[in-house]
Amino acid sequence: MPDQILYAMEVMINGLMAGVLYALVALGFVLIFKASGIFNYAQGVLALFAALTLVGLQQGQIPFSHLINAVFGTDVHHFGWELPAIVAIVLTIGVMVLLAIVIERFILKYLVNQEPIILFMATIGLAYFMEGFGDIMWGSDIKTLDVGLPQGASAWVEDNTAWLGGEGFYGFFIDKLDMVAAVVAAVLVISLTLFSQYSKQGRALRAVADDHQAALSVGISLRFIWVLVWSIAGFVALVAGIMWGAKSGVQFSLSLIALKALPVLMLGGFTSIPGAIVGGLIIGVGEKLFEFTIGPMVGGATENWFAYVLALLFLVFRPQGLFGEKIIERV
Amino acid sequence: MKKTLATLALSAVMAAGPALAELVVPSLSYRTGPYAANGIPFADGYQDYFRLLNERDGGIGGELVRITECETGYNTEKGVECYESTKSDSTLIYEPLSTGITYQLIPKVTADGIPLHTLGYGRTSAKNGEVFRWVFNYPANYWDGASVAIKHILDQEGGDISGKKIALVYHNSAYGKEPIRTLEELAKKHGYQLSLLPVDHPGQEQKSQWLQIRRERPDYVIMWGWGVMNQVAIQEAVNIRYPMDHFIGIWWSGSENDVKPAGAAADGYKALTFHNLGDDYPLYDDLRKYVVDAGKAAGAGDQLGTALYNRGMYAAMLAAEAIKTAQEMAGTSQITREQLRAGMENLEITNAKMEALGLPGFGPEFKVSCQNHGGDGYAAVAQWDAKAGEWKLITDYMQSDQEVIQPLVEEDSMAYAKEAGITPGCN
Repeated sequence: MPDQILYAMEVMINGLMAGVLYALVALGFVLIFKASGIFNYAQGVLALFAALTLVGLQQGQIPFSHLINAVFGTDVHHFGWELPAIVAIVLTIGVMVLLAIVIERFILKYLVNQEPIILFMATIGLAYFMEGFGDIMWGSDIKTLDVGLPQGASAWVEDNTAWLGGEGFYGFFIDKLDMVAAVVAAVLVISLTLFSQYSKQGRALRAVADDHQAALSVGISLRFIWVLVWSIAGFVALVAGIMWGAKSGVQFSLSLIALKALPVLMLGGFTSIPGAIVGGLIIGVGEKLFEFTIGPMVGGATENWFAYVLALLFLVFRPQGLFGEKIIERV
Repeated sequence: MKKTLATLALSAVMAAGPALAELVVPSLSYRTGPYAANGIPFADGYQDYFRLLNERDGGIGGELVRITECETGYNTEKGVECYESTKSDSTLIYEPLSTGITYQLIPKVTADGIPLHTLGYGRTSAKNGEVFRWVFNYPANYWDGASVAIKHILDQEGGDISGKKIALVYHNSAYGKEPIRTLEELAKKHGYQLSLLPVDHPGQEQKSQWLQIRRERPDYVIMWGWGVMNQVAIQEAVNIRYPMDHFIGIWWSGSENDVKPAGAAADGYKALTFHNLGDDYPLYDDLRKYVVDAGKAAGAGDQLGTALYNRGMYAAMLAAEAIKTAQEMAGTSQITREQLRAGMENLEITNAKMEALGLPGFGPEFKVSCQNHGGDGYAAVAQWDAKAGEWKLITDYMQSDQEVIQPLVEEDSMAYAKEAGITPGCN
């Protein structure tokens, strides 16, 4: 097989893997939008905060240590112990649930039945607050995330595909971390879909998504549902934070991964969990193949803008996105 | 009651207003946002050095240094706002630590007559002091960096790199594009093939670029990155098993922050530097004694000896030495900005001076002049030792290829002079 075709296949596979990582971020947006009609601007910051908390807990870092030291003149930084990754993850999930309760109690409770733009503005405020809060709580330094995830090229895949090409072909490159992310994303999507379709809370969540007041009138606790959905979004943010944080270290630019989710949402629809995955895969493959084929002719760095162009192209034909609910407004 | 209120108001005004006999040095820093991890150590180093001078020596020439900090978030618009809000009649010098902010400030400082120092960043052709009278970029600039990287590769390859493949992975911004022209000119001279791989901001996703590197297998990769782009690039290089000792970053891609996330696999990665690394210098004992241990550090006091802390400290040291030079030339301790500009143009950093400052051999010797605001373009190569968790200098300081760089500086600065209506010259 000609090497060029093999390279294109390699780019496509890696595009799919990158798409899974985009989808992980997009999932958090979809969950909250489905349940409350809020476009959660703070989703990227939630991923950052979750990852910061995970590393902080794992490394036994004392929260707010810089503040404590500045106020009391002490020199404390760490408790002196380290937690196993799994314990730190469980505790972080607890922190994200607590955060969901606080968000509901202090922000969302007061915004029932408000215009979507007001809810959106509230999440902008939340994003800035959480970024500053995370900074004060855990510090701004870049932290190494080690929860035992494998990284680097899969030697097995390389060895077993090298024969496909000529002498210069090394075999397909697939990052082990991306493979783990794909499995995790698949499990997440299946679990969330099952939860949404078959559990009592899942049905309540869908009812709230359809109509807040109608849901309230049949006895569904809006406040509980919001806490639930923000907790799940917090959990998804933690997963995204772990996957992206493992690549680059946990640092404040992690919040910018939200930028990667926007074209995915435009393409997949804001209300569909499978849409987030399919959208992520299409964006991932599309941008990587475009960069591979056309990129060299136009000076490269096409991925960021091409993702949006691709999403816009889809929007021309399906304004609600591939899997989004068609909005019919009757006069 | 009225008297008490009047006294309080007067005290508040006195506390808030600038003291007359002070050297005002704004610090445009970024302690928040995506680039905070790099902004903090630089700002800490910059401010701690001035605090040391205040605490230990009573300032510079008997005048205390007053630092006014403003948070830019590494955002160009905020940087300009910071400049406007901190600018006053007594403001002496700016060091914005951002190429984007620098480009916006060049016409402003020129109009306002305030010296702008851009230590190893900013507009490279500002080296031509006859055009950029208020801008200084000593001791080295981006084109020096590109040239020194190629010199190092030449050394590694026994002086012949014709036919070799060199890839530049760069931040797709004005900053990242700076070395391209120089590398292209050097490619003509040395016969290597240059391939360009831009990475869009912020650089969290670089799979395409590194797959291309894996396909094309360049002999060397040079990186012009900042922030998360550096960490991701090093991790991706590790993932494709690119030999780390053939991967060379500019000095802004050479901090501990950049290599630590990749762990032991980052061992052997190289980066350029125009100053020494670590804290094994007498000055650091003083910094600990008078600043950190005295609870007067600008930050948490935990960054001493890191690459970016050292760079911030070095920037402050160069500013302080220029102030001293200006004070000597003017015969007064309360210098004006014009006098400081003259001091910067007459700055000479010698080994004897660095030794006297408690920084023996900390950087190359250099001399500034009206024509040359960029120093002599010396840089060295450092290599990351993951086991020891520290950078080690592996070469001496090398001078960049002035034969190639000087005409480029001339060409670019003259184009700017024409565009801005500046008549070049030393007046």
